[in-house]
Amino acid sequence: MLDLLSGFVTELRRSGLPVSLTEHLDAAEAVKHIPLEDREALKYALAATLVKSSAHWRAFETAFEVFFAVRTGSAGAGDAGEDGGEEGAESDGEQAGQGGMQGQGRSWKGGGSGEGMTPEELAELLFKSLLSADAALMNAVARNAVDRYAGMEPGRPVGGTYYLYRTLRNLDLDAVLEKLMGQAQAGAAGGALTELEERLAADEFKARIEKFRRAVETEIRRRLVEDRGAEALARSVRKPLPEDIDVMHATREELALLHRTLQPLSRKLAVRLARKRRHGRKGPLDFRATMRRSLSTGGVPIEPRFRHPRPAKPEIFVIADISGSVASFARFTLHLVYAISSQFSKVRSFVFVDGIDEVTRFFEGVVDPAEAVARINLEADVIWVDGHSDYGHALSEFHRRWGDQVNSRSSVMVLGDARNNYHASGSWVLEDLQARARHVYWLNPEPRDYWGSGDSIVGEYAAHCDDVVECRTLRQLEHFVGNLA
Amino acid sequence: MSEGNAALGLPESGPPRFESLDAVRGGLARVGYLADDSISGVVFLADRLAKPVLVEGPAGTGKTQLAKSVADLTGARLIRLQCYEGLDESKALYEWNYRKQLLRIQAGEHGKAEEEGPSWSELEEDIFSEDFLLTRPLLEAIRATEPVVLLVDEVDRVELETEALLLEILSEYQVSIPELGTVRATQLPMVFLTSNNTRELSEALKRRCLYLHVDYPDLDREREIVRAKVPGISEELADQVARIVRSLRTLELRKAPSVSETLDWARTLVLLGVETIDAAGAKETLHILLKYQADIERATKELLSASSN
Repeated sequence: MLDLLSGFVTELRRSGLPVSLTEHLDAAEAVKHIPLEDREALKYALAATLVKSSAHWRAFETAFEVFFAVRTGSAGAGDAGEDGGEEGAESDGEQAGQGGMQGQGRSWKGGGSGEGMTPEELAELLFKSLLSADAALMNAVARNAVDRYAGMEPGRPVGGTYYLYRTLRNLDLDAVLEKLMGQAQAGAAGGALTELEERLAADEFKARIEKFRRAVETEIRRRLVEDRGAEALARSVRKPLPEDIDVMHATREELALLHRTLQPLSRKLAVRLARKRRHGRKGPLDFRATMRRSLSTGGVPIEPRFRHPRPAKPEIFVIADISGSVASFARFTLHLVYAISSQFSKVRSFVFVDGIDEVTRFFEGVVDPAEAVARINLEADVIWVDGHSDYGHALSEFHRRWGDQVNSRSSVMVLGDARNNYHASGSWVLEDLQARARHVYWLNPEPRDYWGSGDSIVGEYAAHCDDVVECRTLRQLEHFVGNLA
Repeated sequence: MSEGNAALGLPESGPPRFESLDAVRGGLARVGYLADDSISGVVFLADRLAKPVLVEGPAGTGKTQLAKSVADLTGARLIRLQCYEGLDESKALYEWNYRKQLLRIQAGEHGKAEEEGPSWSELEEDIFSEDFLLTRPLLEAIRATEPVVLLVDEVDRVELETEALLLEILSEYQVSIPELGTVRATQLPMVFLTSNNTRELSEALKRRCLYLHVDYPDLDREREIVRAKVPGISEELADQVARIVRSLRTLELRKAPSVSETLDWARTLVLLGVETIDAAGAKETLHILLKYQADIERATKELLSASSN
């Protein structure tokens, strides 16, 4: 057990979780006190001692599934879920029972296992299990579906995403959802559901389908662990912490996750900045206040008073490239900047592809920056000729229309990868802006190694920027914006 | 466990408060707190490992209530330290009763006129004794002889530097007072810290605690909570309430409805004599669940649009 735990802790550290030695010891101590056959209890015990931030939960859960699945699987006994699955399945008729048995058989070949059950029957069973929210039957169906559709090949160093995709594609869950909704409609008391009821039913079924999807995922992962061992698999499925996800290459799911992380992140940042402003260093001696104070001590200035420094809030110009390759990065940055806009005297934002448009108006009077960011994609007028990034034209347009509004209180942030499709660079604009503005920053979402390769001309712009910052992850972005205010 | 404590110089932890995981869960349910696996598991471990629990999660998910319920369950006194910006040692730990000390000195001087008063060293020893010590929540929890539960509420509100005050008490269950020496706990209090996550707590603090993230409950648990906390609610209505709230939480709202708001809503519905919720009824009472106009509008649009057209 201790060996397993050490391996697990090592894996957590590799995923980027800061697990200290004391925490490791605590975990070892905690494990002594809980019944080992209770897998859920083990999970929470480890989580309580090893994971100290809710953002790290996902990485922890992934590692846990991998490391502690193999024990429950090969030991056979003690896996409550599996046992329950069999019992439930048996009570639910012969077919499901068979499905459960085959799951136990753990056959790798798709062909041999599903016999006696046609795809239609399997779909019917899935439908039934979802309709009745029968977890045991769901697990049995998941096992059977993986047998039949995943087509897993032993020994391949993969994380199982493709197997999951293949299984779910064959089951066609969208159609199942529709069918479930149809069933709900037909079963309604008054003939039809009201819209509220319909919505509630839909949410309920979606939650059940999500549960089923997770059952399939667990099943696939369990088999992969058996095939290749926990440590090898852990390497393939390791998930980065939300702060460390590369924004430019994030999957859909990861983007959603980033989106959820962004809100608490920006709130924390705002609190921190507000505190920093209030508790800043002491300013110069306030002579008048000191003299006034000294009257109470007979004119002896015992207690000197200091002026509170009130650093001017900067005015921010955000100029963001929203062409396909860097769009999500621009969205996150705009979102973050507006979420803490109280820390700036004014934020003005401009987006471009090859044309440029001011989008400040979208953010005015909007409570949730995400809403405004969504509108930008639909309404901003950023196409000039062909919809490929042209930094030179966009920048010179910016200079022509708004350049004279940049002054010594302004900080200019340009967001983009500086991949200019071999157009003219227009770097004279930045040179001019640098002369006018307090600071000019360039935020590049590409890894530093790629800068200057191909059609990237970030080096040419860098000459006229106060700093060029690599901003691939939320962590880097937060760091930069935090220093800005 | 207790031998280990003795070796480490920690106070005896005494017999464990809870027999098993199930005992925790059952006990909490008895005092009206419906815990899920993770909550009861962490409370159980906190007792066995004698470690504080750091509870984090969105507002209104029962973080503070958890500490109160545990106090209820174990029959312990609840000592609460509400944190705020600017909290310092004299408010959290202890303070010398300055006025009383002054009086003592003056009394000594008066006595001097007739006979020889106490010498300075005697006096000093005297005024820095326990009689002149004002205990604040943290010290009180340590010195209590009866079982106590210490609740440090909203610990994320204090500054990073002030957090350090807590470290000694959290890991060693002791407080060092320069004039008196170290005060050790006679019994180990159960400690709960809550945080709304407005800032990152320091590593040092986190390391000393068990971490518990309390999120919004799932459908079944929320329904049970509603049924347990709202007397006179029908099963059907409780189910509907829980389901609507779950759907609301999937929307992107500024402030998702919390458990306490769900309960308020359910109580209102019961008071109004509502049997089943229809769109119009929900719309009229939605302001109890949602506190921003923009949220209400969005929820109406997404969920309840049937009644408007």
